[in-house]
Order: sequence, then C-alpha cells, then structure tokens
Amino acid sequence: MPAADSTDTVDTIEDPVSTEVRTTTYAKAVAAALRTAMHADERVFMAGEDIGIYGGAFGVTDGLLQEFGEERIRDTPISEDAIVGMAVGAAITGTRPIVEMQFSDFVVNAMDPLVNQAAKLYFMYGGNVEVPMVLRLPGGGGTGAAAQHSQSLEAWFAHVPGLKVVAPSTVQDAHDLLLAALVDPNPVVVVEHKLLYKQEGALTPRATPEDSPAVIGEAAVVREGTDLTVVGYSLNTHKALDAAEELAAEGIDVEVVDLRTLRPLDTETVIESVCRTGKLLVTHEAPTAVGVGAEVVAAVAGSRAFDHLLAPIVRVCGRENPMPYAPALEAATIPQTADLVAAMRALAAEDV
Amino acid sequence: MTDAANGQVPASTDASDRPDPLDFLPPDEPVHLLDPDGTYHPDPDHPIDLDDAALRELYRLMMVTRKVDREAINLQRQGQLGVYASCMGQEAAQIGSAYALGPDDWIFPSYRELGAALVRQVDAAGFLHLYRGTWLSDHDPYKHNFGLMSIPIGTQALHATGFAMGARLDGNPIVAMTYYGDGGTSEGDPHEAMTFAGVTKAPVIFFVQNNQYAISVPLAKQTAAPTLAHKAIGYGMPGYRVDGNDVLASYAVTRRAIDRAREGVGPAFIEAMTYRMEAHTTSDDPSRYRTQEELEEAAKTDPIVRMRNFLTKRDLYDSALEDAIEEQTKQVASEVRAGIYDAPHGDPMELFDHVYLDATNHFEDQVAQLRSELSQGGEV
Ligand SMILES: Cc1ncc(C[n+]2csc(CCOP(=O)(O)OP(=O)(O)O)c2C)c(N)n1
Repeated sequence: MPAADSTDTVDTIEDPVSTEVRTTTYAKAVAAALRTAMHADERVFMAGEDIGIYGGAFGVTDGLLQEFGEERIRDTPISEDAIVGMAVGAAITGTRPIVEMQFSDFVVNAMDPLVNQAAKLYFMYGGNVEVPMVLRLPGGGGTGAAAQHSQSLEAWFAHVPGLKVVAPSTVQDAHDLLLAALVDPNPVVVVEHKLLYKQEGALTPRATPEDSPAVIGEAAVVREGTDLTVVGYSLNTHKALDAAEELAAEGIDVEVVDLRTLRPLDTETVIESVCRTGKLLVTHEAPTAVGVGAEVVAAVAGSRAFDHLLAPIVRVCGRENPMPYAPALEAATIPQTADLVAAMRALAAEDV
Repeated sequence: MTDAANGQVPASTDASDRPDPLDFLPPDEPVHLLDPDGTYHPDPDHPIDLDDAALRELYRLMMVTRKVDREAINLQRQGQLGVYASCMGQEAAQIGSAYALGPDDWIFPSYRELGAALVRQVDAAGFLHLYRGTWLSDHDPYKHNFGLMSIPIGTQALHATGFAMGARLDGNPIVAMTYYGDGGTSEGDPHEAMTFAGVTKAPVIFFVQNNQYAISVPLAKQTAAPTLAHKAIGYGMPGYRVDGNDVLASYAVTRRAIDRAREGVGPAFIEAMTYRMEAHTTSDDPSRYRTQEELEEAAKTDPIVRMRNFLTKRDLYDSALEDAIEEQTKQVASEVRAGIYDAPHGDPMELFDHVYLDATNHFEDQVAQLRSELSQGGEV
C-alpha cells in the first residue's frame, strides 16, 4: 500500500507510513513499527499464537492480518519451540521473522532454538551465517495472572552472549527500538511489559526502519537531578519517574536513567551519572538476585564512579518468590512506587 | 537368509515384535452410542456396564458441572474470580471419561476440567480458589488423586506419563489420565510424553478434548493429520475417537483404554469430538473468530439434553429426579458462592512460605525487610 495515496485521510493512526506526530498507546506504537517494517521490506513476516484474526493476546497485531494476509501474519500451531526454531531457520534463509510469544513465560519452551541456536550460530559458523530475528516478549506482573503468566525473564537472555535485549519504556522507544531491532543483524529480544501497552505518549512514526534514531546499547537520562541516580528500565522507569516527582516536592533532586537496552549495557551513561550524584539506586521488577540490576551495580562498583560513591548502593527489585495470584501478595512481590519513594528518600538522607 | 543377504540393513528389533498398524488406527467415525434424541445403539466392543443408579449419576454430575460452571462465570463477572475457563459443552467428554477411572487412578488436568474434578469429588469452591487469587491454590492433589490445573499447555501430559511409569516401577496397578486440548497436541511436551509412554508401555491415557478451537485458532490450522487420533500410531499406541458429547460413548471408550492400560498392554490416545460453547476464558471475545450460527448449530448437540432424552426413554427420568437434582445444584452453587466470598485474601507474610522447603538466610533478610515495610504502613 503506497504511502502517498492516503495523505488526505484523517485517520493517521491507521496510516502505516504517515510520519505525522500523534498521541498514541505503546501497543499501537509497536503495531505502527511492525507495519512500517512490513511495508518497507517484503522479507519481514510475523509468527505467533492468535496473532491473526484475534489480533494477539494484547491486541498488538490487530488488523495486520487484513492488511498483510496469512502468509505474512502467521497464526501458528501451539508450539513455542517450533515458532522460535522456525524463525531461526527462516532468518538464515534471508527472511526477517518477527516472533511474538503470547506471554513471555512460554519462551521457556523455546530455549534451545533461542539460546543454543540463534545466539550462537553466527559464532559457530565463523561469521558465515546470520540470524536476524526479533522476538517480542510480553512480560511482567501486576495483572493478576500469577506465577506462570507474570515473569520478567530478561536476565536469562541478557546473560547469553550473542543475544541483544531491549526493554523500551516509552511509546517512542517502543516504536524506535523495535525498528532498530529489525535493522540489527543479530537476534534481538524485545521485552514489553504488559502494563505498558495501554500507556499513552507522543509518537513520531518513522517512514522506514532505517529512519529510527534509536541505537541499541544506548541508555538515556530521562530526568536530570543532582542528589541521586536511579537506574531502571521498562515499567520501572515510570515508577522511578513518579517517585522522583514526589520527592521533588521535598526538595530531593533525583536523576533517572532509563537503560532501554539490557545487552549490550550502556554502563558509561550510568557511571557518568553516578560520578555526578554520588548515589545509586537500581530498580526492576524481576527478582533481585542475579538480575540485570546486579550487572549495573557491578559495573559502577568496578569503575571510576566507585570513588564518587557517598553511600552504599541500593536495589529495589522484585522479591524472591514466584508471582502469587492474590492481589495483596502480588503487590508485595512487585516493587511499587511507594517503595521507591521510601528507599530513594532514605538514600538521599544518607549522611555523607 | 540374513537381512544383509537380502540387501537390507539389519534391524535391531525382530519384525514379529512390531505391532499391527491397523490395531492403532482410529475408526472412520467416532464411537457413538446415543443419538441426540436419546436412542441407544448397543455396541459389543463398547459395552455399558452401568446400573440405573450410575446412569443417573452421570446425568447428575453433568448438571452440577454446568451449574457450577455458570456460577463461576457469574462470580468472575462480579469481580470475585480473576478469570475462568468454562467447560460448557464438554461435560460429557469429561464426566464420561473420568467416571471410567478406578478410585486409585490419577488425573492430570489442564485448566478446563471442572467436570472431571467434580467426578473426583474435588471441592468446587476450593478448586475455584485458584481463579480467585486468594492463594495460589489450596487444592491437595493427594486427596482426590487429581493434579493441579496446568496452565502451560501440554506439560501435564509428561507428568502423567512419569507418574504412570513410576507407579509401574512400584508395582502399583494404577492408571494415569491426562487431559489437554486440540491445540495442546501441537506442543512438544505431549509428543514426547507419548513417545515415552509408548516405549515404556506406561499405563497412561492421553485424553484430548477436540473442542474445535485453541483460543481463536481452528483445528485446521493446528494439524494436517486426518484426525488427531491418527497421530497415535506414530507413538505405537491406539488412537481412539469418540463422540465427546455422548457421555456413554465417552465412558465406554475410555473404559476400554483404561482396562487395556491396567493389564499392561500400553497407553492409549483418545480424541473426543466436542465443542466449546463458551468463550475460551472470561477474558476472551469469541465473536472475533466464530459466528453465532455456528454456535447455534453446536448447541443442538448439547450433551446434557442427549443424556436426559436417554434417561427419559428408559423411564429413569422423572420429576422426582429433576427436583432432587435441581435442589442439589442450587445447594452446590450456593456453597461455591459462599466459599468464594469467604475465601482469605492472602497474608503477605506468607510470601516465602512455599518457595523452598527449607528456610535460607537469604529469606530471613527478605522477611525482615517485608515486615518492616508493612509495619511502616507503606504500600507494598
Ligand atoms: C506453553 C503455553 N503456550 C501458550 C499458552 C497460551 N494459551 C492458553 S490456552 C491456549 C489455547 C489452548 O487451546 P487447546 O489446547 O485447544 O485447549 P482449550 O483451551 O481449547 O481447552 C493458549 C495458546 C499457554 N498457556 N501455554
């Protein structure tokens, strides 16, 4: 569908290649990126469970079947192992598969194709084989969906050499990083928190994937401050920003760094920030131990920022239990904004 | 003459050990004993060894299941349950098959087996606690030999197989039955389970309710096999096919498979043809993928009506039975409501109770931290 034809239609949200700035949701920003990519490159196709007529479990692929047909929007039989493994094969032949797991939890059924194959083939073939695939993972809790539908497994993938992992927090980043993932010649895992899908924000859509200014491996200082540095990603960036806003009223000036990419990690932006503020708090929803936060902390502790630290580093991350179903227990498992406020306030007050 | 002399590679197994493929292929038509109007067609291969009381019991169980199922949907709409996966339309498949098990046999269900649970006398309110989200589940599998609802598709097929293999090693003559859906047959877990069960002759029954859909995906997109039952031959077990809206046929076919498994002949696969009358779960909107006309067509095959017609023809159904069942279903439904309304909301201090069997230092720190956060009245 050529771009120019529809310039006079008002429904810019439905127009895949309109680059007009708009306010839209995170889910629609992902969808817009998918459409841009599919229009720009015939090699791009999608595979997943119920992504066709149903539009995906979270409505992200709504309408794509009608637009691109069954060959490119593939409703698969239920086998995550096959979906991801097939994508590896398809990527090797030169297509650009984008795979959606219905819930990130079920990617555990696809660890062999992802970890043993996609991540390693470029290395094992001595550079002769590339696996340019994108794997979208709707994850995270807070939806009342319990232990097997709520996990944040990103540390698993960030731990595997050969995989890249992005975790966009904003509407614009959801769009731009997905496009950047498509342009990237490596397998890229895109972590999407389910509670972000309905978040609204400004979007400048890109006409082609190459137009995306996002760079995989670049963090962003999303709020400048002088008293302490808070590092987060995905949903927790928003919690950190909300907490920072609350503390601003008390005269505490918080800097917030949004990691955006979990591998490769932009440690320099974090280190640079900590050198200025002297205090570091790291937050994510995934369990604390052996999480991405541990890597951030280690990077800071092993850097020039060490000499600037004015207080012990703090982590406000998920608790060490499977996600419970009961709302009160789920809330106690996931770090809430109030927990961040309390921890940030305490850290700011640490005597120097 | 040796194989090699024949120009053939030697085989590691004697050809005479190999089963006759015809024994494993499903019949052309699903086994069917009851017409929609209740007419009974006896079948010598599938005898019904049930007395009048048992026939009425099958009907009663289907009625109670439908009532509790409806109640669960209502409770979800009132915000009392997080989500619920209805088994409406699948009562005969579940109840006929589960009724064929012996008291010591085990069931490894998916998330849709309320009917099978009620056959095993699982407490309906406790069963629904999982969807209530009070605590993950207060269901004790050992009490009724009924496993936890399984949410990741197909994984329970492996548990049933391992359980059956273990029981065999112990000399325990039990049979394990696992339930999953047509979509579940595409996952690796059930394939691998069937491979193991076939090789070890484990006493396990793979009972698949083919309710035509996996969320929005119709059967034709799930498999290119002539029928799901045809898959069984690849694992070295018979594939049976049954009209899953016919409770007597579901009972008889499963019974035959169970007897065979218990004798040590080996596992079996059963495809029960049925239809999911409700949405996939309460969070689903089926109008996106199926028509009202299709639903109305399917409603004509209602398994409960069929059994009532049969009982009526046999003079086993009268107003006394109707009233008694009506009374009882109301009673169960009100117990379920009460059980759900009164369920505990969960104490955050229990968070770490069931993560490991032994407490670790690590947890002591976390418990202390949680306690202090809670005592500060903070939002946790
Ligand atoms: C491993 C895994 N992948 C995906 C899902 C999401 N999911 C839940 S139910 C379902 C469809 C299952 O269909 P089927 O097996 O036919 O059973 P039915 O729900 O019709 O009883 C899917 C894809 C899941 N729960 N587990």
